Amino acid sequence: MAAGIVGWGSYLPYWRLERSAIAQVLGSGPTKGSRAVASFDEDTTTLGTEAGRRALAVTGPSPRDLFFSTPAPAYLDKTSATTIHAALGLDRSCGAYDFVGSSRSAVGMLLSVLGGASRPSLSILADLRSGLAGGAEERDAGDGAVAFLCAPEGAVVELIGRGSASDEFLDRWRVPGEPDSHVWEERFGEEQYVPLAREAFADALKDAGLTESDIDHAIVAGLHVRAVKAVASGLGVAKEAMAPDLVAAVGNLGAAQAGLALADVLERAAPGQIIVVLSLADGADALVLRTTESLPTVQAAYRSAGVPTVAEQVASGRSDLAYAAFLAWRGQLHREPPRRPDPERPGAPIVHRSESWKYAFAASTCMACGFRHMPPTRVCLSCKAVDQMQSERLADVPGTVATFTIDHLAYSMAPPVIGVIVDFDGGGRYRCELTDAKASELAIGDRVAMTFRRVYTAQGVHNYFWKARPLPGLGQASTDPSTKAEE
Amino acid sequence: MPSRGIRDQVAVIGMGCTRFGELWDMGIDDLLTDAATEAASSAGMSVHDIDAFWLGTMTSGVCGVTLSRPLKLDYKPVTRVENYCATGSEAFRNACYAVASGAYDTAMAIGVEKLKDTGYSGLTGIRPVGDGTDPGLSSPAAFSFLAPSYAHKYGVEKVQMKEVMSRIAFKNHQNGARNPRAQFQKEVSMETITKAPLVAGELGVFDCSGVSDGSAAAIICRAADAHKYCDNPLYVKALSFVAGPAAGPIDPNYDYTTFEEVVRSAEDAYAQAGITDPRAQLAMAEVHDCFTPTELVLMEDLGFAERGTAWKEVLAGTFDRDGELPVNPDGGLKSFGHPIGASGLRMLFECWLQLRGEAPPDRQITTVGPGRTLGLTHNLGGAPGEGVSFVGIVGTERDSTMLAD
Repeated sequence: MAAGIVGWGSYLPYWRLERSAIAQVLGSGPTKGSRAVASFDEDTTTLGTEAGRRALAVTGPSPRDLFFSTPAPAYLDKTSATTIHAALGLDRSCGAYDFVGSSRSAVGMLLSVLGGASRPSLSILADLRSGLAGGAEERDAGDGAVAFLCAPEGAVVELIGRGSASDEFLDRWRVPGEPDSHVWEERFGEEQYVPLAREAFADALKDAGLTESDIDHAIVAGLHVRAVKAVASGLGVAKEAMAPDLVAAVGNLGAAQAGLALADVLERAAPGQIIVVLSLADGADALVLRTTESLPTVQAAYRSAGVPTVAEQVASGRSDLAYAAFLAWRGQLHREPPRRPDPERPGAPIVHRSESWKYAFAASTCMACGFRHMPPTRVCLSCKAVDQMQSERLADVPGTVATFTIDHLAYSMAPPVIGVIVDFDGGGRYRCELTDAKASELAIGDRVAMTFRRVYTAQGVHNYFWKARPLPGLGQASTDPSTKAEE
Repeated sequence: MPSRGIRDQVAVIGMGCTRFGELWDMGIDDLLTDAATEAASSAGMSVHDIDAFWLGTMTSGVCGVTLSRPLKLDYKPVTRVENYCATGSEAFRNACYAVASGAYDTAMAIGVEKLKDTGYSGLTGIRPVGDGTDPGLSSPAAFSFLAPSYAHKYGVEKVQMKEVMSRIAFKNHQNGARNPRAQFQKEVSMETITKAPLVAGELGVFDCSGVSDGSAAAIICRAADAHKYCDNPLYVKALSFVAGPAAGPIDPNYDYTTFEEVVRSAEDAYAQAGITDPRAQLAMAEVHDCFTPTELVLMEDLGFAERGTAWKEVLAGTFDRDGELPVNPDGGLKSFGHPIGASGLRMLFECWLQLRGEAPPDRQITTVGPGRTLGLTHNLGGAPGEGVSFVGIVGTERDSTMLAD
């Protein structure tokens, strides 16, 4: 039984910003394709949580460590992995660590896990990227996350060779506190990256005892577009083996780009195939991977669990996001707030007391009569039994909209708020916000699933909780204030 | 519910009520002073003659000093109470019990709220530090769940439901237009109401009660002593208050077409007062029309209409000022305004005027007469499925069978 990746999951947000929407407002710029956009209530922690949920959606080993890497962390000085750990309902004895910094940290994290982990772990890579209005950083970036469950045995793909090349040069940088990245004149970076990538690639193949012609799937990823193109075209790998970079449809996911492409390949690959991942980020790293006989079984398991593939997510998404809404969500357009009090930051002690509810979305179910309580209570509403409850996580249980309302008065970064009463399958009712939805298409009886979101940020404290979202498969075509006017 | 009640044991002998509205030039102290002074003088006494005080307010002050300081009360008991939007009624209920117990000869119940100093639209909360999981819906949104649920259950078309809601606002504005103390003293056309911008769900601006400042007060004494102060007192027939287990938001069986708290408190109050047919026996009702669908549902919960028929009764004018059972002849929360702590006592103030024939002639109801001398006040707090409800009944006649003392 091989060590390596035993499961994976990816998450691309619901929204797409068409590049033509930017060009239309600014009067110039490329108009082809779109980028994935995290909603106003998402950050790298929630994106990572959603990817993690999908990776854990099928039977597999329980992670004993959670590793989270992003260049856009929700907090400095506070671990985001512990938030994800709580939202995934992982065991208290499971470690949780951030690998924060440049996107090279993400590759390094994966390499260290694949290089010989002694116990199961979940590695999550997430990015949320934007830039100044009209720039390539804004236009060609994308938001999303990918997660890999790794274990000492049962691998669907194992690391059989690696190569790295490091060099110190100024290509992309951002001083802490700055919202946007700076990049040096790109021809300089290209000249540094191309030889570094070739060295890492050659070393990795040598390490694995393979040649270019053995490669079934090659992934070249990095934020330096010219360098990535130049490296990819000169690899000596068959053209049909080059994995699509997905940038046209969802943008470049930065720290999660290589991982997203790998997840996509894993969803298509056959047993015994060779996959090379070549990442350009302040140097270059190459991973040579080989799929195992276990791959088809795991592919089928994810399919039957209804976990969407990368390809399915790339092909879906809602593309009518207005550029003005995008700018507002990213803090570049300041909208007048409602004449309502600012939200209060949640209190640390009460949040900690309600951790299993707030993060793991665990209800209390009465062992005497079976009634489910959301939020959990000690006294049963139905039979009044006291302290006869068992905790039951409902984050993955779908529900049905009992009734709903559109609230134009409640505070939100993207008003109006849609309030729904959700009756969960198997019992339990909860009133919550509906996100990623079209108010005009909502109906009593609609099916919804829960999603982990950043509800708001108050006094520097992020308030995370669960919202409902429509289950995929519903038609989506109408207008609401976040979308472009009909043309 | 085995509550014995205190039927005909205490009486209201004086009342006061300020104008409600955006009273930019009046503070909390002014409102309290005006309402308390008017109530005392209507009972022919000074506030300093009163033995004990119950002050109801949700956000305009804590502790009894909120009242004793502006009135310069000399070392009297002042109890501050809060029970959401039913706060005013709660102050009244407790003051009644204090007198009925024999602890005091006279007591004042006074409610106040100063909402327009915050700079915010609508109500602002008074919650303890939270865990951030409350969905944070506004009050109109919480009550807006009623409209589609009612329409769905009883097969009322969406357009017709909007007409029913508008008709309730129309009626309450008609009444408020004849009330010099009301916040909105203007009739509003059905068209204006129906076409108003939406606030939440199907609720437009005119489906929501007025956010306002105001205060109202009542003086209570033992029923046997009432004629020492007042020729025509109001006798307290029933006081019922319940808090529900907040089942609605967590119980899939709740369908958002009723307030169980109201049903229970109404049953209790009718039992206390000996009422078997409220629609025929009551001369009037003041109900908690915080939003128009609330008043619609209340007509059924209070037993004024059969389940599923209130919408037809509304359109037929049953609850108009000249209808079979006038509801909110003073304009209700909708038109009189809703300064939280004062509203329950404001409702009682309209009973005080109407049942005793002191309402302005253009607003005086004609249902009051021999055999029909009772008025109901209904005060609600919270939201559908998770609230508190008060039902009180007062009347001008003291039942002879209750004259034991």
